[in-house]
Amino acid sequence: MPDGGIGASTKRREDVRFLTGKGRYTDDFNRPDQTCVWFLRSDVAHGRITRLDTSAAEEMPGVVRIFTAADFVSAGGIPAGWQIHSRDGEPMKEPKHPILADGKVRHVGDPIAAVVAETRAQARDAAEAIELEIEELPAVVDMRAALEPGAALVHDDMGTNLCFDWGFIEENRDAVDAALRAAPHVTTLELVNNRLIPNAMEPRAAIGEYDAADDQHTLYTTSQNPHVIRLLMGAFVLNIPEQKLRVVAPDVGGGFGSKIFHYAEEAFVTAAAKVVGRPVKWTSTRSEAFMSDAHGRDHVTRIELGLDTDGRFLAIRSTTLANMGAYLSTFAPSIPTYLHGTLMAGNYTTPLIYVNVRAVFTNTVPVDAYRGAGRPEATYQLERVIDKAARELGIDPIEIRRKNFVKPDQFPYQTPVAVNYDTGDYDALMDKLVEIADLAGFPARRAESAARGKLRGLGISSYIEACGIAPSNLVGQLGARAGLYEAATVRVNPTGGITVFTGSHSHGQGHETTFPQVVASMLGIDAGQIEIVHGDTGRVPFGMGTYGSRSLAVGGSAIVKATDKIIAKAKKIAAHLMEAAEADIELADGRFSVAGTDKSVAWTDVTLAAYVPHNYPLDQIEPGLEETAFYDPSNFTYPAGCYACEVELDPETGQVTVLGFAAADDFGNVVNPMIVEGQVHGGIAQGIGQSMLEAAGYDENGQLTTGSYMDYAMPRATDLPSYAVDNSCVTPCTHNPLGVKGCGEAGAIGSPPALVNAVLDALDAGGIAVTHIDMPLTPSRVWAAIQAAPRAATA
Amino acid sequence: MPQVSMTVNGRKVSGEVEGRTLLVEFLRETLRLTGTHVGCDTAQCGACVVHLNGESIKSCNIFALEADGAAVTTIEGIAGKDGALSVVQAAFQTHHGLQCGFCTPGMVMTATALLKENPSPSEVEIREYLEGNICRCTGYHNIVKAIQAAAVELGSSRVAAE
Repeated sequence: MPDGGIGASTKRREDVRFLTGKGRYTDDFNRPDQTCVWFLRSDVAHGRITRLDTSAAEEMPGVVRIFTAADFVSAGGIPAGWQIHSRDGEPMKEPKHPILADGKVRHVGDPIAAVVAETRAQARDAAEAIELEIEELPAVVDMRAALEPGAALVHDDMGTNLCFDWGFIEENRDAVDAALRAAPHVTTLELVNNRLIPNAMEPRAAIGEYDAADDQHTLYTTSQNPHVIRLLMGAFVLNIPEQKLRVVAPDVGGGFGSKIFHYAEEAFVTAAAKVVGRPVKWTSTRSEAFMSDAHGRDHVTRIELGLDTDGRFLAIRSTTLANMGAYLSTFAPSIPTYLHGTLMAGNYTTPLIYVNVRAVFTNTVPVDAYRGAGRPEATYQLERVIDKAARELGIDPIEIRRKNFVKPDQFPYQTPVAVNYDTGDYDALMDKLVEIADLAGFPARRAESAARGKLRGLGISSYIEACGIAPSNLVGQLGARAGLYEAATVRVNPTGGITVFTGSHSHGQGHETTFPQVVASMLGIDAGQIEIVHGDTGRVPFGMGTYGSRSLAVGGSAIVKATDKIIAKAKKIAAHLMEAAEADIELADGRFSVAGTDKSVAWTDVTLAAYVPHNYPLDQIEPGLEETAFYDPSNFTYPAGCYACEVELDPETGQVTVLGFAAADDFGNVVNPMIVEGQVHGGIAQGIGQSMLEAAGYDENGQLTTGSYMDYAMPRATDLPSYAVDNSCVTPCTHNPLGVKGCGEAGAIGSPPALVNAVLDALDAGGIAVTHIDMPLTPSRVWAAIQAAPRAATA
Repeated sequence: MPQVSMTVNGRKVSGEVEGRTLLVEFLRETLRLTGTHVGCDTAQCGACVVHLNGESIKSCNIFALEADGAAVTTIEGIAGKDGALSVVQAAFQTHHGLQCGFCTPGMVMTATALLKENPSPSEVEIREYLEGNICRCTGYHNIVKAIQAAAVELGSSRVAAE
């Protein structure tokens, strides 16, 4: 086994350019003769455009052209990629999402006009000279209010603000109702999964370019999935066939889901470049990002858990209002439905489950996937209601979970919410958590905190998630408008090096280092000989991109399949070179040998022969050594874990300090442990951000009150502890060749309930009875809850 | 339009700027040194940190003209002439202190300045010093480890040199 194969914590090669300032992010590119665009955006949440006069602006220095909705009459709207049907069978409401606001503006930040000028500063100056009048309409911000009769309509032609009313699984609804009525104990919890703003550190950017010489369009964009952008934009918005449209996503500075979607700005620069005859470049400011990048989460949920007196789960009913924002973003309808309802069994054997989700349009920024995408929402409500039930019944939070865990001999486990878990061992994860979180030492640490007048709390959570999306025929039945396979081409070069073209696209996950580890292990050659190409539809045949913790499980599997084909052909060549039977050829450590003999040839002998076929079975196989594979997974993968959060709380101020966070995860087989740990660290940080710091705020007029880092509390190094993470509990995925489950989102999924549970545990230690506090648990919210709470007599 | 001159990474440079041109814009657009990044517009994220006359500053928060005559070091000036990574840079790579890389130039500049000012910082001191640098990917755990490792290595090479 060579160094740097599967299992090695290989240092990342991409680090060299990032550390020396040689990264190539979209804004770093400047195209010859380029122009810059500045978008004039709505500063009201809802209104009719009554005056839009660009004549004065057009006279400003450097202005090349100003665009409005009138320039896009023949263009399609920005499409939704997933269609949900309501309980009554009706398809979801699908209003048009124009590239530039057409008559109406529907959220603060909705783009109205686009000024193309020689420089960005000139474009921005000219935008301020556009004469714009908007007749303000009442804004619908609260989802319940949006569904009231007589509420202002975000989309008049839809007749309602209700996008869909989804039930899952509808045939089980009555049985769940009956089970809850009959249950000896029912715990109910109402909770909010707070709206978040992804805030990847690199703002979005796009450069459109058109070459009239051969009628070719190029779009540079900060995307997690350039082929998806090419498909959506080319086929549904601008009517450009794939062979005339190249989409390049260079280095992408973080995404977390927000860079999956096709955005209006991408379509704009692509179309504008042809009209203007020069490249058109756009870079978002951070303030602009706050009001134009898709937001995340924003659910209001009521969950009811029926139990017997021993704490066994009997039934769950979950009812949610999910905010879509003003328009349907690419994946938006799927997030609160099939990426949320299907996780409502959690790690548990609850036999009866029903989920109802009503998706609502409001005059806010569109909402779509953000790290975890539906699974944090499911895990949060489950793990909080379980903790509440444990408290009500006087059962230890760990014991109540263990009592209901799916046990190893029950796999594959068919849940009542359609998904089938392949494998797992949740007791082993809980055992590991107890060890790495040093739970045995907690009572002593609690006493030490108490001696300093502080309350120390411990919160537990367990999670499972469905990722590695997804089996195409399954998601197609559920409304997806695309397949979710992945593609890879492995091109072996004559002198033995390899180029792997992958449809995945790293935006921090380290694929340039980890994918070569996989191929190196298979071939027995040094990983340094393998190069990854990604992020360019002009070079990579196809792909669905990086999100949903899918790159290793789906992208990696496509690479494995393509490499398998390479090995099969290489063995044929080797057999010919050694005049042996193909069935006798073995590959080990980069050499092909004839079984039972000492005859062998090197990898490079075979690769050269393939391209210099002088001694070659030309009658049986073609020259060359390059293979392509598409991999469509047969199931989701199901990573799982148990998390523990330890906090210290100052009851005088409500200030919570996170002192420790432990995560025991099962990701199946792991390719690069260092990178996997880093993914968990980052996910936990975002989970702590959600549960303690972050909240996107709108006032009753739809004004975004958290419009910059001044008001939106991003987690900083001083807010966060070090983490104790472990991924040694391995139950390999049973249905992909690497046995991997994916790890990118787990940290953000499992952590919020652990933190909230910890804070409530801390309060409980101080005799302060609080059953729930909605996230984020800022000092003022915790303090207010303390003031409002009844005290135990002996506190 | 006014002219501005300064030394950047040891090279004398000059160019035309507007009064309102930020130092980071001058670096990125006029000098084409795109290693310094713009991540926000409220001078909080730290992706734009450079060294100005030896001090760590946010280049989005200073006009180019204010840096007239100054000595500026950007991320492109940190590695050795032969491309050898500095101790801080190498530590970030060894300890996986970066993922998407966008905050990294600012982190390296801040960490480099920290270790000059405080060669043996505690974990608390490191985290406090990083308050002006936001990372969305790493959760800071490995950034702290990288800086601690760099401190140890710089400390032992200091001892060795004495």
